[in-house]
Amino acid sequence: MKRFLLPLGIFALVAVVLGVGIWRSPEKGVIVSPLLGKPAPQFSLPNLTDPAHPVRSADLRGRWYLFNVWGTWCVECRAEHAMLLNVQRSGRVALIGLNWRDNDAEALSWLQQLGNPYQTVAVDRSGREAIDWGVYAAPETFLVNPQGIVVYKHIGALTEEAWTREILPRLPPPVASKS
Amino acid sequence: MLPELGHFALILALLLAALQALFGLAGPALGRERWMAAVTPAVAGQAVMVATAFACLVSAFVGNDFSVAYVAENSNSALPLFYRVTALWGAHEGSLLLWIALLASWTVAVAIGAARLPPRFAARVLGVLGLVSFGFLLFTLATSNPFLSIDPPAPDGRDLNPILQDPGLAVHPPILYTGYVGFAVAFAFACAAMLEGRLDQHWARWTRPWTTAAWAFLTCGIALGSFWAYYELGWGGYWFWDPVENASFMPWLVGTALVHSLAVTDKRGLFKSWTLLLAILAFSLSMLGTFLVRSGVLVSVHSFAADPTRGVFILAFLIIMIGGALTLYAWRAPLLKSSAGFELGARESFLLFNNVLLVIAAATVFAGTLAPLISDALRLGTVSVGPPYFNPTFMLSMLPLLALLSVGIHANWKRGRLKDRQRTLLYTLVGAAVLGCGVAFGIWSHGALLTPVGMTLAIWIALSSLVDPFDRWRRGLSLPRAVIGMTVAHLGVALAVLALTTVQSFTSEQDVALAPGASATVGGYDFRFEGVKPVEGPNYDAQGATLVVSRHGARVAVLKPEKRQYWVQRQVISETAIRMSRGSNILVALGEDLGGGRWSLRIQIRPLVSLIWLAALVMAIGGALAASDRRYRTQQVAAAAGAAAAEPAA
Repeated sequence: MKRFLLPLGIFALVAVVLGVGIWRSPEKGVIVSPLLGKPAPQFSLPNLTDPAHPVRSADLRGRWYLFNVWGTWCVECRAEHAMLLNVQRSGRVALIGLNWRDNDAEALSWLQQLGNPYQTVAVDRSGREAIDWGVYAAPETFLVNPQGIVVYKHIGALTEEAWTREILPRLPPPVASKS
Repeated sequence: MLPELGHFALILALLLAALQALFGLAGPALGRERWMAAVTPAVAGQAVMVATAFACLVSAFVGNDFSVAYVAENSNSALPLFYRVTALWGAHEGSLLLWIALLASWTVAVAIGAARLPPRFAARVLGVLGLVSFGFLLFTLATSNPFLSIDPPAPDGRDLNPILQDPGLAVHPPILYTGYVGFAVAFAFACAAMLEGRLDQHWARWTRPWTTAAWAFLTCGIALGSFWAYYELGWGGYWFWDPVENASFMPWLVGTALVHSLAVTDKRGLFKSWTLLLAILAFSLSMLGTFLVRSGVLVSVHSFAADPTRGVFILAFLIIMIGGALTLYAWRAPLLKSSAGFELGARESFLLFNNVLLVIAAATVFAGTLAPLISDALRLGTVSVGPPYFNPTFMLSMLPLLALLSVGIHANWKRGRLKDRQRTLLYTLVGAAVLGCGVAFGIWSHGALLTPVGMTLAIWIALSSLVDPFDRWRRGLSLPRAVIGMTVAHLGVALAVLALTTVQSFTSEQDVALAPGASATVGGYDFRFEGVKPVEGPNYDAQGATLVVSRHGARVAVLKPEKRQYWVQRQVISETAIRMSRGSNILVALGEDLGGGRWSLRIQIRPLVSLIWLAALVMAIGGALAASDRRYRTQQVAAAAGAAAAEPAA
């Protein structure tokens, strides 16, 4: 008898998820990562645009950067792209991309077509680097401080709201322009 | 005047659907013969009303009646006549009306076929269909009325989304929806059987042709959608694991399981409760697909129309329909006993594996499609799960399924004496492996690990499917359409595996930047770029490029990809140019103007990609052949007579 109730139970769960999905469709959430407050993983990865110079975590020490995980197969990443270009234009923080489980040619043509917001893009074809960062789906964005500590993580497309409420307040005040 | 008439007809259709549901469900429950007799007229009346509403909306589109908000939003006086008609299902409201019209058509077909069924059972089937129709009509009238007017009327329309101005999309939604809606019939048969509290082998025989027909339509519809995405979206891929695609693929996977499980219930009287569950699931997933696409809870590459209030309505409707059916299932299914048993290695076990693997595949797609929603519900943010998730997980259930298919075809019903067939199995497998590896390594000298595996599986399935029909032919036995249909459908599967393996292994693709007169070489073909010229279309301006394609110096084709800017919506659409050559599809898409006459171009050569869609067509033809088998028609009469004779005793 009980096993015949199982489908109904599963459906009830799905219905709850769908209900919550509609309920919350306008707002998008945040999650804590086990990496928060811990040093970012050490890496040395191929450089998408400049194969002669690998991207190394050691070279990034001493400044703030946003580590953005993306792929051309990811629909949300396309939605996020305009926001990333805004971030780049603001000049407040460098964007380092991690091109995750992708094809180099497609990634390059993506950047060519939509514009390249990244200072450098590291390539993680196998997905091994993303495991170190605890990435489970793209896009994800990590804010790393000059000491190499992850101070904030955003899951999903980076929004204007996350940028102004969560990321900007954590960054040092903008350097007064050279006068 | 006509839009008001259409609106009024839709309201009448709603009332008639309510009557159809009431008489169909309450009549048999209370034993009122006259109520049951009123069901068929209600079906006919509803169909006439829905057809009237549909015709009114078509005439509003054809006659450029921009006082109708839906027409003003989705059409334009410059739009060619053909697209003015197909624009009807170019957005949410019209798609729903199309859904309702197709459901009405299926219901009429069932009502005609129901003359052969026991009257109580037929009334219940039509009653459940009435309930489904009522829900969709209420949804349309309450949240998505296509007949709402605007005052003053718009001087001209905002035009149909240019991406939908394409012959492929003109036929894709009707065929896909015919498949979706067709599963409503299997669902109604399942609900009626549960209400009766009785499910015998006749039930499976009645349900089979409807289900197989719906499955064939869905197969065609999905293939058309994939074909459309391939040449119209301009990215040159044939499947994106996009939520909208997944929404149609999940009912297909479960429907495929249902077609096979119904065969067991029909032949052996087994898997009864499982078959019922699959029938409920297939239609539930069709409705869930509508929910996912229409409610805006998931963001998709090509979802149009999204609105949370509609989502709330559909969710409530889903809870009533699916929740109701599953409650009925929990209550009634335990009563269904399967009398016979079967041995491991009998055909039944293989069909059980088939079912389990297909349902697992559907569940993986389901989990991947809903992952963004679940992560959002748990406040984990928005994510999208792409091919890196879907491709490997889907393969995980498909590879064993395909391997077992070849073995299972040889198995007998009931008895697990596979030993008798050991030699045939071995011969076909060895033959397939030799051929498969020969093709993989001989014709193309490179390829991934899965290339020979895929080739071998494809050839093995083809050989195994042909063994039984060949054997029957040699022994001079008759070949019923059901057997031919099954064989054709399985050959379609073999073809699909062959095509997918080839495409995945041997596609060459390159994005190039070319100046006029310059050439690029991709996959053995030379592409000479002749430059870009302006082109004027009926409702757009375009930049048209010309490329001369040659191979070893001999001219193969002249390709003219375009970049169109549509006048009204100011949207830029890339129109790809595609040409077949030596079994491969050469695709060129025009990219960006890089200045100085230089343009970026995407060049792609996909070998055998057309076979993917052809394979789907072959599967659908197999389904159509099987559904039209004579025994579904002749035996139904006998079965109905038998059941009717048994009725007074019940």
